Amino acid sequence: MIDIIGMVFIGTGLAFDVLGCLGLVRLPDVYNRLQAATKCVTLGTCSILFGTFLMTGGFTPTGFKALIAIVFLVLASPVAAHAISRGAHRAGIKLWDKSVVDSYAEDNEGEK
Amino acid sequence: MKSRILMFVFAYVVWCILCWVPDTQHLIAGAVVALIVAAIMGSMFVTRPHMLFNPIRIFYFLFWYIPIFIWELIRANFDVAYRVIHPSMPIKPGIVRLKTELKSDTGLTFLANSITLTPGTLTVDINKDDGILYIHWINVVGSDPETTYREIGSRFEPMLKKIFEEDVVK
Repeated sequence: MIDIIGMVFIGTGLAFDVLGCLGLVRLPDVYNRLQAATKCVTLGTCSILFGTFLMTGGFTPTGFKALIAIVFLVLASPVAAHAISRGAHRAGIKLWDKSVVDSYAEDNEGEK
Repeated sequence: MKSRILMFVFAYVVWCILCWVPDTQHLIAGAVVALIVAAIMGSMFVTRPHMLFNPIRIFYFLFWYIPIFIWELIRANFDVAYRVIHPSMPIKPGIVRLKTELKSDTGLTFLANSITLTPGTLTVDINKDDGILYIHWINVVGSDPETTYREIGSRFEPMLKKIFEEDVVK
């Protein structure tokens, strides 16, 4: 029974990872791509790790490592996205042509 | 000093979990590694130790923030999945300002991370002096302060204020 639940978690995680990668290809600019990459890949990978935790029998050595990896992934992935998007904006990468508003550029005009 | 001791304990516990089941060799190596980590990074770990062990804050964090965060994370995934699969890609991106009243580093970090992992938003930069977050929004509804606060900030800011700010909870 617990194996089936673990398999369901791993399957959902794989599906979300695929969607995240699809978003990485389809969406127009670096900021939109980061949105797909951070959200879908974070939950997808956490779900795979949680499935691994269930399938290896709970609190075994592997299960513990999977749980710790979930915590670090949730903490680190948004910070990485934050650093990449800020660096991209500072390096002068433009938003997509159909973007509506860019308050960040308005506020930082004097610095360039 | 308190912060260094906490850092040591935290690093040691994480080490022990990573090499579960611990034996003598692992415990000694872990102590050495944790000491080095505490010596180098210890002063940055906790700046306000008295707040870490406040039971009300821990209770709010575990039973109020985390469930809402997980729920928003799942919603965010279906939101992105819908926008990616839809043939015409219903996106309307832009970078907007979000005014925040949080002052502490921990609170701002958690707010930025929560915003990044919730539907359609990604934190680009923080201006700490003015309390402004710049947020890339995949579907801009409006760029005036009231709209952005209602749509983005109101989900997390009140509870993070209770958890991480001074003098709100005694």
